[in-house]
Amino acid sequence: MSWITAKRRRPVANYAVVLLGLILVGAIYATITGSGESAASTNPTTSQAEIAKGQQIFLQTCATCHGLQAQGTAVAPSLIGVGSAAVDFQVSTGRMPLKATDAEAPTKPRQLDPAETKAVAAYIESLAGGPAIPTPAEVSSSGADVALGQELFTADCAQCHNFDGAGGALTYGKYAAALNQATPTQLYEAMLTGPEAMPVFNDTTITPDQKRDIIAYVVDSRDTPNPGGFSLGRVGPVTEGLVAFLGLLFFMVLAAMWITAKHRKSADE
Amino acid sequence: MSDTGVPEGLPHETEGHAGPHRVIGTPPPAQARTLLGDGSDRAGDGALPAQRELPADLPDPARAKRAERLVAGLFLLSMVAGIGFIAAYVGLEVHSVDAVLRSNLALGLSMSVAFLGLAAGATIWVRHLMPNVELTEQRHPLHSDPEDRQAFAETFAEGAEASQFTKRPLLRRTLIAATVPLVAAPVVLLRDLGPLPGTSLRHTVWRKGMRLLTYGANTPIRPGDFSSPGGMITVVPDGYQDNLNALAAATAIIIKFQPGVMVFGKPGQVRGGYVTPNWTVDNIVCYSKICTHVGCPAALYEQTTHHILCPCHQSTFDAPRGAQVLFGPAPRPLPQLPITTDAEGYLVAQGDFHEPVGPSFWERG
Amino acid sequence: MSMTTKLLEGTGGWLDDRFHGARGVRTLFRKIFPDHWTFLLGEIALYSFIILLLTGTFLTFFFQPSMTEVVYHGSYTHLDGVRMSEAYASTLNISFDVRGGLLMRQIHHWAADLFVAAIMAHMLRIFFTGAYRKPREVNWLIGLALLTLSLFEGLFGYSLPDDLLSGTGLRITEGVLLSVPIVGTYLSYFLFGGPYPGNLIIPRLYIIHVLLLPGIFLALITAHLFIMFHQKHTQMPGKGRTNTNVVGAPTYPYFMAKTGAFFFFTFAAVALASTFAQINPIWLYGPYTPVGISAGSQPDFYMGFLEGSLRMMPSWTWDAWGHTVMWNVFIPAFIPLGLIFTGAALWPFLEQWITGDRSEHHVNDRPRNAPTRTALGMAAVTFYGILWLEGANDVIADHLDISLYLTTEIARYAIFIGPVVAYIVTKRICLGLQRKDMHLLEHGVETGIIRQLPSGEYVEDTRPVDEDALAVLEARQPPPSLPVGASAAGADDVPPPGMRGGLGRVRERLNEVLTESVPMDGHGNGYGNGHGNGHGDGHAGPGRAAISSGGSEQAEGTAEGQEDGPD
Repeated sequence: MSWITAKRRRPVANYAVVLLGLILVGAIYATITGSGESAASTNPTTSQAEIAKGQQIFLQTCATCHGLQAQGTAVAPSLIGVGSAAVDFQVSTGRMPLKATDAEAPTKPRQLDPAETKAVAAYIESLAGGPAIPTPAEVSSSGADVALGQELFTADCAQCHNFDGAGGALTYGKYAAALNQATPTQLYEAMLTGPEAMPVFNDTTITPDQKRDIIAYVVDSRDTPNPGGFSLGRVGPVTEGLVAFLGLLFFMVLAAMWITAKHRKSADE
Repeated sequence: MSDTGVPEGLPHETEGHAGPHRVIGTPPPAQARTLLGDGSDRAGDGALPAQRELPADLPDPARAKRAERLVAGLFLLSMVAGIGFIAAYVGLEVHSVDAVLRSNLALGLSMSVAFLGLAAGATIWVRHLMPNVELTEQRHPLHSDPEDRQAFAETFAEGAEASQFTKRPLLRRTLIAATVPLVAAPVVLLRDLGPLPGTSLRHTVWRKGMRLLTYGANTPIRPGDFSSPGGMITVVPDGYQDNLNALAAATAIIIKFQPGVMVFGKPGQVRGGYVTPNWTVDNIVCYSKICTHVGCPAALYEQTTHHILCPCHQSTFDAPRGAQVLFGPAPRPLPQLPITTDAEGYLVAQGDFHEPVGPSFWERG
Repeated sequence: MSMTTKLLEGTGGWLDDRFHGARGVRTLFRKIFPDHWTFLLGEIALYSFIILLLTGTFLTFFFQPSMTEVVYHGSYTHLDGVRMSEAYASTLNISFDVRGGLLMRQIHHWAADLFVAAIMAHMLRIFFTGAYRKPREVNWLIGLALLTLSLFEGLFGYSLPDDLLSGTGLRITEGVLLSVPIVGTYLSYFLFGGPYPGNLIIPRLYIIHVLLLPGIFLALITAHLFIMFHQKHTQMPGKGRTNTNVVGAPTYPYFMAKTGAFFFFTFAAVALASTFAQINPIWLYGPYTPVGISAGSQPDFYMGFLEGSLRMMPSWTWDAWGHTVMWNVFIPAFIPLGLIFTGAALWPFLEQWITGDRSEHHVNDRPRNAPTRTALGMAAVTFYGILWLEGANDVIADHLDISLYLTTEIARYAIFIGPVVAYIVTKRICLGLQRKDMHLLEHGVETGIIRQLPSGEYVEDTRPVDEDALAVLEARQPPPSLPVGASAAGADDVPPPGMRGGLGRVRERLNEVLTESVPMDGHGNGYGNGHGNGHGDGHAGPGRAAISSGGSEQAEGTAEGQEDGPD
């Protein structure tokens, strides 16, 4: 009798098969997910002063990839002219410093605190200018035209970020981020600087007022409670269909099984 | 027409299972009886059989009492929930998102409990308060007796002869001829459902000198304003910004490139894989936003790869190369709109697209 | 007894005086309904339909099927001042300004999803148990018609609010219509009343959705139920259950009570879902504009397979002589749909032709006892399922971190490989289960008790299978054999008409494949043709004499049944 046949009936054999199956599925999944190409460069814009501390932090944290003069290297783009807005966006969302090269820099807990971030941003701004960090007044929702914001968002943002800012898939492993965690300032900065694959919506294409309208719409929309119950991720019919099968139909099958179950006592009669 | 003369109710064997009537396995449990088909008591006096078909008593009265109390409790719960539903309707207002949330929760929960109570109560009633009965009923073969079939055939044939339908071909044929146009008439009536397409699918509303407006804000654009490489925005024709029919064909996007990124072909020519140079302004190119697959807005622009992705079915277009198709089901590149600037420096169209926009169709050619 | 006597003599007498109902209603009350939980799947659909009618009527009192543009000033302040169609505005009104309106909308939509899901589950049950066979072929066709119509009913229904998500679906519909050769542009212009989007599509879809299709549904469902009633329901194999009887409990009061309970369960389930799971939040999508679109746009799940086929198709078109044929849209829009539904519609007749089986079937097959049929069904399910998954490929890519193009590439290969693999795997599983059944029949159930024989050998005790299980295990009907065909006939024999020539040989070969089963005696390598020629080798064990001898009688019965000539 072969080794497998001898061991087949042991209880541990079941667990071994399940484990093998899990490993197989995991291996297949790992080969088809994850890394694509690294992110490419953003655009050069002008910057400001307040440098020394920022330069110090820059040399410690960023220069290994971005170069000692922020001129860029083979693995990271030049930061000459990206402006304080870009730096603030990337660092405050935790995308930078990058931990691993992947198709897209994911958000993670921020590594530099707000003061450090401001300093680095000022340093980069001082090198060659670029879009500036917006003021609180520029990103506030008071007096904003939410209706216009909805129109602009639908025409120029929803195709990547989804009608509710839930994010969406791009090509080669990239994705448009979900917007539910972004602060108004970060939203403004993203529109202004066009991080990674996102297009640039400068202040003369979508004016600062219109940006405020869009921000007001996004914040408004994500703060809106779900009157119909749990949102199911606000993804749309995909999760609804899953609930219809795994929830509704499954519940009905259980009910049917209960109703038609044979009485146990009938077997003894 | 005539009675078959055979008393009904005798079990018949179905064809395909000829052979002695056998019982497989032991007979079903104690309370089972055989019902002799439907209406089979015609031969008898129509009174109920002496022994009960459906026993009334349950084997375990104590258990039945417990079940009864449970069912009653569930029904009472259902009643309370039903009253709760009415109270929630009367008492809870809507007219704001939070209020609707509360109202929906209250109404839905009370309705669910009401129905669940009824459902569970009825189930327990059937399963534990009704005796466990298994009866057998004979099937009749579905085909009629040969005598019935014969009788039907005779009736049918007699009627056909009496009506002269079979004997007078002129009547028959003219009847058919009379009904044919009437059958065709309802189809014909549908003609005015819509106008004929004609050539309207080949054109949009873009005309020479028509300004490009950013959608939503409805403001015209100067190349100097749309100056950041990597920028993209949706544009619509001036005068049609609220006309959905026009926008369904005329909506476009403009993209700003770094110098040297676009691959130019010959001026004035549409050539696959190339941007027509004299249709651009200052490294700004204008493409139709209507995907050439089935018409969704193809607006997902990745500034790093310069790809335009349509989110519906993932058709991908290469923006620096005349929006030629890189992946996905779209068959044609996005048409390029010829643009230039007017006297005040705003972006305007030079005329309509040089090919039909959107999905292809039979007459496209 | 006084309560029932009063009722009978009072109301009952009044009705009977006018309608002669005593005998008919009594027959109805005593009608036997067999019991199995899978028999309730169709009821889920029926009760969902009733819920749809009730909630739908409520909605029609408030919905405005008009595309006239209005400016919204209702309670959903986030869209205050936005221009939208009256249809969209009235849906917002129902959701936020009518008490119970959102609940009714959600119940309506959840019930619609459950309706289609239940029809699919019910259809699969019918297929895998062979309940579509004679005399139920017409009911099978009616059921397919109901499924097809339900897809359109749902599509038109969720397009009525004219929101961004469903409007995108209408845009895709226009593109699909345009792809039809020759008449595509006319179809599109006639449906939309002109160029897209026009202002007629919503009112038209409304009337189709609330009047035309529900009317057809009511007629078809009535016919479906009446036929089932008249022919009596099938039953699962078991003790005392034969092809000529129905075993179960009578309608009154048992079946009525159970089915009533099930109706309340259906309503409760849908109400629960509508309380706790938000569905179709159109206020988040925004009003429809052909300028905008959302990432992750999908139709409702039952249209997902069409969406998937549109996504995976490569961009093939033909341009010739001034005309374009859009294969890249025409094929995915019509071929999978056509294949699945035409295949399903023809299947009962194809199976009859292949097996020559013209007898009535009132006892369900266990799926394992029809390995090829079950395997084909699973192949079809896999085909459908891959299309369905591809329809959600961008959501899958985003949430499972898989490259977007890779999902489509995988789907393009899987759509061909998957069904083949599913067929092979399912068939082997069925044959394996049959072998297990035969083993049980022959050797009994293992008790786990080991005895040592005097000779020193260890033996595991077995006990015979109990009566109920025995009835189920033995309820395998050998399929009737086809008359001897050309390949087995001698040189001088002339095969009967249906078995001649190339078509006859094809029929023979298909019959071999379709009736492939583990032989009833359990021996053989599992690859033999289970049908044999009806003269079993008589390998009889305890309790199985009935079947092997019945086999030869089966053959005789079949020969008789085919006296009117196979064709």
